[in-house]
Amino acid sequence: MIGNYGQNITSLATHIAAGDQLFEPVPARIVKVVPHTALEKVFTIELPDGLSLAHRPGQFVEVSILGIGEAPISISSSPSRSNGTFELCVRKAGDVTNAIHHLKAGSFIGIRGPFGRGFPIEKFRGKDMLFAPGGLGLAPLRSLINQVLDERAMFGRVLILYGARNPSEMLFKDELGRWANRADIELLTTVDKGDENWKGNVGVITTLFRQISINPRNTVAVTCGPPVMYRFVLMEFFGKGISEGNIYLSLERRMKCGVGKCGHCQINNVYACQSGPVFPYSEIKGLEEAL
Amino acid sequence: MSLAILRKQDFKDFVNHLLLLYRIGGPVQKNGGFAFETIQDPEELRLDYPTTILPPKKFLFPVKDTLFEFEDARNGKMKLPELEPPTVIFGVHACDLHAIQLLDHVFSTGQIDSNYVNRRRQTMIVSIECLTPCDTNSFCKSMGTLTADEGYDLHLVDMGDAYAVDVSTEAGQELMKNARSVPGSITDINRLNAVLSEKWPRFPYRLDFDISDLPSLLNMSMKSPLWNELGERCLACAACTNVCPTCFCFDVRDEMDLNLSSGRRVRTWDSCQLDEFANVAGGHNFRKSRALRQRHRFMRKGRYILEAHNYLGCVGCGRCARACLVDITPVGVFNELFRQKELGGGHS
Repeated sequence: MIGNYGQNITSLATHIAAGDQLFEPVPARIVKVVPHTALEKVFTIELPDGLSLAHRPGQFVEVSILGIGEAPISISSSPSRSNGTFELCVRKAGDVTNAIHHLKAGSFIGIRGPFGRGFPIEKFRGKDMLFAPGGLGLAPLRSLINQVLDERAMFGRVLILYGARNPSEMLFKDELGRWANRADIELLTTVDKGDENWKGNVGVITTLFRQISINPRNTVAVTCGPPVMYRFVLMEFFGKGISEGNIYLSLERRMKCGVGKCGHCQINNVYACQSGPVFPYSEIKGLEEAL
Repeated sequence: MSLAILRKQDFKDFVNHLLLLYRIGGPVQKNGGFAFETIQDPEELRLDYPTTILPPKKFLFPVKDTLFEFEDARNGKMKLPELEPPTVIFGVHACDLHAIQLLDHVFSTGQIDSNYVNRRRQTMIVSIECLTPCDTNSFCKSMGTLTADEGYDLHLVDMGDAYAVDVSTEAGQELMKNARSVPGSITDINRLNAVLSEKWPRFPYRLDFDISDLPSLLNMSMKSPLWNELGERCLACAACTNVCPTCFCFDVRDEMDLNLSSGRRVRTWDSCQLDEFANVAGGHNFRKSRALRQRHRFMRKGRYILEAHNYLGCVGCGRCARACLVDITPVGVFNELFRQKELGGGHS
């Protein structure tokens, strides 16, 4: 397992499994709130003393405010940078996330998790990594990207193709700037629609694929984004010759329980909260309703 | 474990004794039909009931189940709700026993759902053998759920003047301490076997194929035109899933009291037939059409749950068929898919 373990640190999942409290969130403290766009804020969260999230990149947590409700949110920080805290990039989209947006540093928030199957980063070592996040899809992929960057020597090329609807909706702009300045990262960004200050690419994310060439036999491709994006990005991955087993997708579902019971995330016979949200394409290509 | 004979004239005393010790639930007559309710008087129990609208599932997995409570939403302190007292459910039919076994498996494997499991641990089941079909909608014999070998603490068989009682668990033995019963003799066992074997011809097979073929039939029917036909008829009212003994999907939401401080997080029965069930935050719906939702329901019943939990998701009780306003029935759907396959429709 990846993560910073001290001698006396218990993982949150172990803590919850040990008690009689599958649905009881652990109160965690918000230590920092950074607005990124009009709709998204990044919250840095600290669990109570002695508990560690011990997550894998790609996993999610259930975040709740008592009296309002609970929502599944992907973890956007990497285990390598956990330092006792983790980060959630939260888009204002419903009752729970609206209420979360009103919280300031010092407030408490309920956390359950981490849930689901994350990225099998061990399998990725030695490979070239091609990331293609769209919009808010950067949030879960950032967890993996930063883990890869923190183990940079273990990987081949790192290519990141990021698409957003417009410049004002781009997330993690400071980080994108740092990635752009690194010689060991190939970053391309695009927006569907530019504004007066935008000097970069204009067009949907698939237009960026024309600008890159890769070694398909040694490349792992990873994508996450709005549901409409997957088919088009998959076509690009196939066009580059990447094999089905080396394509990983993180799928969005509204998990109400996170523990394989409530049925909301079910894709055919698969519970996305248990078998996913990260899937190799080879596993889901036969699943109707997956994409 | 053992067979006991409980004379019907002693049955009321048995229930009266149990009423002092336990909460008792069972089938009672209500609004011209029958319903599982908590009873106060043995006279209320109607063990001869044909079927109920809602299954006994509601004792184990209530329509609204409090997951935890909080006094003050701001301080974050939570406590588990108090459990109902230990409960004995009378009159459970074999189909519902099979359904409860599925629920037990779902909630007690993987991540253990303590809200269900704690309640289940203190629930005892006194089932009763079905000797005649409840009506023409049930198809338990086709589903292999006409009898159950386990899943009960006591199992009653109506022998006319007495009940033959199969005492199956230690909890069942404990219950029987409250009954004036005698151990079953060889004569009783022979009579019981006669009653049990005579019942079989009374129940018709209603599926046109063997149940072991259902998963593969469904697997090759993903693209059947039948789903669109069902989608055209379905009203998306969710009556089918609401009355189903094996449906366990739920929604989770918070309730605040009027003081805006205390409240609870509850789960409520939810339905894959409702439009918003597979919605995600961005507004995308992964099963937008009624056709896809009906397909999901039947695939779940005959295939997905089997693949995930090794139990069929349908027990042939017929409740959904009775509840459906537009006559969508599992027997009709499964037989039509079989007919299409036999015609070699090539929809796989």
